Amino acid sequence: MTHLRAEELSYEVGDERILDGVSLDVASGETVAIVGPSGAGKSSLLRLLNRLDEPTGGTVYLDGTDYRTIPPERLRKRVGLVPQNPALREGTVRENVTIGPRLRGETVSEVRLTELLTAVDLAGYADREASDLSGGEAQRVAIARTVVNDPEVILLDEPTASLDSAAEAEIERLLSDLLASGDRTAILVTHDDRQAERLADRVARMRDGRIVEVGTPREVIT
Amino acid sequence: MIALPDRLADPVVIEGLFQVAAATAIAALVIVVSAIRDLGLERELGGSFVRGFVQVIAMGALIGVLFTIPLAYSGVLLAAMVCYAAWESRKRGGGVPNAFRISVVSLALGSAVVIVTMVAAGAIERTVRNLVPVGGMIIANAMKTNSLMLDRFQGEVESNRDEIEAVLALGVPPERAISEFVTESVRASLIPVVDAMRTLGLVYIPGMMAGMILGGANPIYAAEYQFVIMGMIFAAGGLTSMTASHLLGRAAFTDAAQLRRFDATEPTLLAALRATLNR
Repeated sequence: MTHLRAEELSYEVGDERILDGVSLDVASGETVAIVGPSGAGKSSLLRLLNRLDEPTGGTVYLDGTDYRTIPPERLRKRVGLVPQNPALREGTVRENVTIGPRLRGETVSEVRLTELLTAVDLAGYADREASDLSGGEAQRVAIARTVVNDPEVILLDEPTASLDSAAEAEIERLLSDLLASGDRTAILVTHDDRQAERLADRVARMRDGRIVEVGTPREVIT
Repeated sequence: MIALPDRLADPVVIEGLFQVAAATAIAALVIVVSAIRDLGLERELGGSFVRGFVQVIAMGALIGVLFTIPLAYSGVLLAAMVCYAAWESRKRGGGVPNAFRISVVSLALGSAVVIVTMVAAGAIERTVRNLVPVGGMIIANAMKTNSLMLDRFQGEVESNRDEIEAVLALGVPPERAISEFVTESVRASLIPVVDAMRTLGLVYIPGMMAGMILGGANPIYAAEYQFVIMGMIFAAGGLTSMTASHLLGRAAFTDAAQLRRFDATEPTLLAALRATLNR
């Protein structure tokens, strides 16, 4: 169970200020949704939390430890990011789901793989080519690819943004199963207020690189 | 030594001008086709053609003088060639971090290993008139490989940025996250040398060998020596490409294993020199 606290996170590229002093406290096992218009800095915030980009100000604490003192590879294993674009590689579903451990020189048992694929409703898909998958299936592979690391915190960037409503419902159901157990801390970025309401314990609203409102779904979403 | 003006007035030089004109005419054809097809490459093609002409003629005019310098200076000259080749080559990197420095190291390593070994083996004579042109040829070929490497690496990383970062975000070490694309760049950069080797003697009968045979050398020896030349080009290209790929794979990431952005705005030589002087 991991507690994540972002403190005054700023991110600038050139003269452009993308994040402007974002502070956010996410309790162990809690799911927080971040909503707001596109360009508000939601995805940039997730990238900073996974340390794919370097904050130009502020930092993040994981159970009280400054995340800059954790080796990036270990940090990213603990705080996993499911990117908006699944960006699967050429190869089978099995190769894509196990790519993280495989490239770190670890192995994933066949039992574990089956368990993961079942959890994302892709049982029997292990040997399918990633290029043959639908958008919803690719997104589910991307979720399994992150979950295989058993991350303490999971960051989800618009997991249903490019999907039709059936695929969206499917992913939402799977996410609520994944997050309901309460032993995984999660931050979900979405532009869809209703989705935030359905999945999150708390909601933060962002605008122009700042968090302007945090509260229960009922308080923030009207 | 004949004086420069006499050399310029040599009938052979005048005759050569006609040949230059013919070569220019066909090159101009390429530029015209580029313009007709709207490829927008006219400036680059034309510029490089004119520049190559001016440079090689200048070199021709200077080379007599060059051959009278002490042997030790040929090292300096080759080093200068490496730096200039690296400067030209780096532009192919389109903003890849440290492209110039990486090119200098890769070209220097690739060509130095080959030149030193072949001098030691006696395949390159220890004279300025041998070291400079043969060394220059090796450096030029290594540069070709290096440019292809940079160009492909830049393209592979830019078009697979999401794929690399998706895997990086899983806690994969950066060199592993990018290795697939580095391998692809190495492979692509070596296509010309590999193909030249494959077709050597069948499609490609290199000029040096033909020249030696016409000059009365034993054709088998001419073939052997040509193979030696090709071997040097092959080795220099390979070493350059391997070195560059290793360094590029590292330069693409920050200390915190973040994939850097490639900033394509490149300084001019003058601006870079000025920046260095001001520092």
